[in-house]
Amino acid sequence: MVPRPANQEALTFPAEPLLVVDGLDVTFAADPRSVPAVRDVSFRLDRGRCLALVGESGSGKSVTARTLVGLTGGRSTVTARRLAFAGEDLTAFTEPRWRTLRGRRIGLVLQDALVSLDPLRTVGAEIAETLRTHRVVPRAGLEARTLSLLTEVGVPEPEQRARQYPHQLSGGLRQRALIASAIAAGPDLVLADEPTTALDVTVQAQVLDLLRRRKQDGAALLLISHDLAVVGGLADDIAVMYAGRIVEEGPAAQVLGDPRHPYTRALLDAVPVTHAKGARLAPAAVRHPAPTPSGCPYAGRCPRSDLRCRDQLPERVVIPTRPDVAAAEPGVADGRPTVGTGHAALCWYPTVDAPAVLDAVDDRPASGAGPGVGRPVTAAALLEVDGISKRFRSPDGTSRAAVRDVSLRLHPGETLGIVGESGSGKTTVARIVLGLLEPDGGTVRFAGRPWGGSGVREPDRRGRRRHIQAIYQDPLGSFDPRYRVERIIGEAAATAGVTRAGRGARVAELLEQVGLSADLMGRRPLELSGGQRQRVAIARALAPGPDLIVCDEPVSALDVSVQAQILDLLAGLQSELGVALLFISHDLGVIHHVSDRIVVMKDGAVVETGEVAQVFAHPAAGYTRELLAAVPRPVGGRTAPPDRGASTRVVVTTPPAP
Amino acid sequence: MTALGLVRAVGIRLAAAVAVLFGAATVAFAALQLVPGNPVAVLLGPATTAPPAVREQIRVDFGFNRPVVTQYLIYLGHLARGDLGQSYQLQRPVSSLIGSQLGSTAQLALAAIGLAVVIAVMSAVATAGRPRLTAIASTWELVAVSTPSFWLGIVLLTFFSFRWRIFPVAGSQSFSSLVLPALTLALPIAGVLAQVLREGLEAALDQPFVVTARARGLSRTAVRLRHALRHAAVSLVTLAGWLTGTLLGGAVLVEVVFARPGIGALTLQAVSNKDMPVVIGVVLLSAGVFVVLSTLVDLAYLAIDPRLRKG
Repeated sequence: MVPRPANQEALTFPAEPLLVVDGLDVTFAADPRSVPAVRDVSFRLDRGRCLALVGESGSGKSVTARTLVGLTGGRSTVTARRLAFAGEDLTAFTEPRWRTLRGRRIGLVLQDALVSLDPLRTVGAEIAETLRTHRVVPRAGLEARTLSLLTEVGVPEPEQRARQYPHQLSGGLRQRALIASAIAAGPDLVLADEPTTALDVTVQAQVLDLLRRRKQDGAALLLISHDLAVVGGLADDIAVMYAGRIVEEGPAAQVLGDPRHPYTRALLDAVPVTHAKGARLAPAAVRHPAPTPSGCPYAGRCPRSDLRCRDQLPERVVIPTRPDVAAAEPGVADGRPTVGTGHAALCWYPTVDAPAVLDAVDDRPASGAGPGVGRPVTAAALLEVDGISKRFRSPDGTSRAAVRDVSLRLHPGETLGIVGESGSGKTTVARIVLGLLEPDGGTVRFAGRPWGGSGVREPDRRGRRRHIQAIYQDPLGSFDPRYRVERIIGEAAATAGVTRAGRGARVAELLEQVGLSADLMGRRPLELSGGQRQRVAIARALAPGPDLIVCDEPVSALDVSVQAQILDLLAGLQSELGVALLFISHDLGVIHHVSDRIVVMKDGAVVETGEVAQVFAHPAAGYTRELLAAVPRPVGGRTAPPDRGASTRVVVTTPPAP
Repeated sequence: MTALGLVRAVGIRLAAAVAVLFGAATVAFAALQLVPGNPVAVLLGPATTAPPAVREQIRVDFGFNRPVVTQYLIYLGHLARGDLGQSYQLQRPVSSLIGSQLGSTAQLALAAIGLAVVIAVMSAVATAGRPRLTAIASTWELVAVSTPSFWLGIVLLTFFSFRWRIFPVAGSQSFSSLVLPALTLALPIAGVLAQVLREGLEAALDQPFVVTARARGLSRTAVRLRHALRHAAVSLVTLAGWLTGTLLGGAVLVEVVFARPGIGALTLQAVSNKDMPVVIGVVLLSAGVFVVLSTLVDLAYLAIDPRLRKG
């Protein structure tokens, strides 16, 4: 092992924190435009502190983390004024020196342990690999240490779990095992890249708790997420990244309580849990011309942007501490901010605040009070599910009840949310409602006629199938990759009797309805962004003119800001077309935002059902209370600002004359 | 897996094996009936002057005078008892003929496949994910795949046996006589295996767990050997199993070039002499070998990928 000169250098820079990043640029040569993935990023992080890097995919947050373990890949160029860990200059590191650092002093936790742990090896072997590589314990002590690590991260029955493979563990347990493998050698710095994405809300809370304990034990934590709500409870400091740059940074309470950059505001507004149904999550689509290379990268999407923003990169503006929000955060009160110099934003107009932001609940037509909201439920139910059950046979021969005696009603134009954790049976219900799976018992009626259950024949149903459409979590998997958008939507339109000649116009109309340009007709699914794909999926679902759309986790794979746009789109389409939605999600925030009524499922059965406001305000079942308690909320006063409530905000800036 | 489940799985396997062998035997019998020519003439050889009475006696002895269905059932009955019949030409039981040749063929086939796997693993592990090295390695692999094995054998013989006299020209007595034929068979196979293995390795190296493994401090080579290789091994095992089957059925050309005894040489002789019992014996041997190998390959899948294990 290379001897660590850390101690000597630490004497030379006594005041330097554990991690110093100053002026970091990362460029990928493979990128034809050669736009840096990370541009001029600077931050510091000390032991026992947590810095969160927040931004959408492609914002450079993951690349930044990979840079800190020297794993940006062979085609990247990393330059920095200073990149130092424990006093050692990382820019001068060779591969053998990196290896002494990786795992031993800096641990990396990725998202989704199902693929981030080697699926062919036992979790015990994966954890022991860190210990073995760095010779942390003698060979004879490997097993005992592995078990104690599993115990430490809260895995029950460690002896048994260590011998199991990732796919045999639940999502929460394998994420813990992944964390155990990253912290096995007791690293001083833990990089957690979306460690809770795709986890159920209660599991997410447990994993965040585990990371918090590492921080309390003195490790520095760099937390990376696209979701401000997730980092709110854990981060001491937050840096918001957009297009490779840190656009706002500062103590967590300041950034969350007094956000100054328009992008930070957009991210906060996108958190659905804090907004009631009807409120828009995404800012009104802004279609400014793209900024010039030297301009503010956010100018194209920013409601405040003007010519100056397009042409000149804003200077970093220090934001004075607002006393009312600062008091809440002891980490700031001790006067040691760790990100740069304190709260700062990269914006020409960072002080545009409350006066320019007006409460305007009904100003925007896109969603508002849809037909489902508060409407008396007098019409006949569109979908009647009565006492359905479904059992599946396990490979070992035993059978397992996936759905037990579930009943629900859905009225025309209404949104019914089904919420539950993975394995609660919500997707099985969706498949039965879609008529893709027959229930073992019970009946499903659609528009007053039998739809599922015994005695329903497929020929009767086939002609009516176009009235129920579906949107899935992963649209890419539901598209034929060789088809162009025109054909994907056109085929669906054909089932509604659109003639071949009229198909192009109909596809263009549908694309416009979902907020896409008709120019995209010639694209293939792989050439679309995640948000565009989901919009195409929605257009395809709308094409046959359905009465009901079953949405199975439609926004779970999307960034918060894209998720907000899709949720707004669905709300708008519902009020415009009066289509009913059966909305399935594990995310209570999303469910709260979209639903009129909700059904809470656990282990295949309904544990609670009711009006959404009622269930969220006064949950009757213990399980519902447990779920609600685990929902992360941004801390810092933005959850329900007394002066704004849950209303929509419209930014009415008059850009200064150029 | 429960004991009952294991018994069921084994039972299904055995039934499938019997079905495959039965099918192969039936096809071989049908082919025998369709081959033009009189078996008695084949039995007696081209230069015979046997009188008609002798010919008739042979017809009765071998059952050629009975209806085809009866002949088929008798043939199946013999097979069920493990009796493959007598060679027309050599007047010896087919099973002992095959048995005497199988050892030499198995030796060659296993040596060749073993060598091929070693070469393929080295070539693929060293070059996967490294574009420049991959370009060099794929060139030799392509050349190896496209080279006819008999020509390669002759070239190797020319240099290593005739010019440098390192290895013997022919025979199967010593280990050194195995080197050149094994290498001749192994090089083209190694080329194919290396290409498949490299593709599998590159797919595995793109997976997120590779980042996790490297973030633990593992070297690139360690990640390849301890993680990625196992992921790529599934396609390697599939292909290697199939190739071993074809080799055990007899590597005719290479056995002839190197004048080695073996199933290939036996088959060649039997086919050119229309010695149908021997041909049928070789067909059944090949079918049996494939049944055994596909079972081994399936077991290897379970050993490699725990996700395929049930229960």
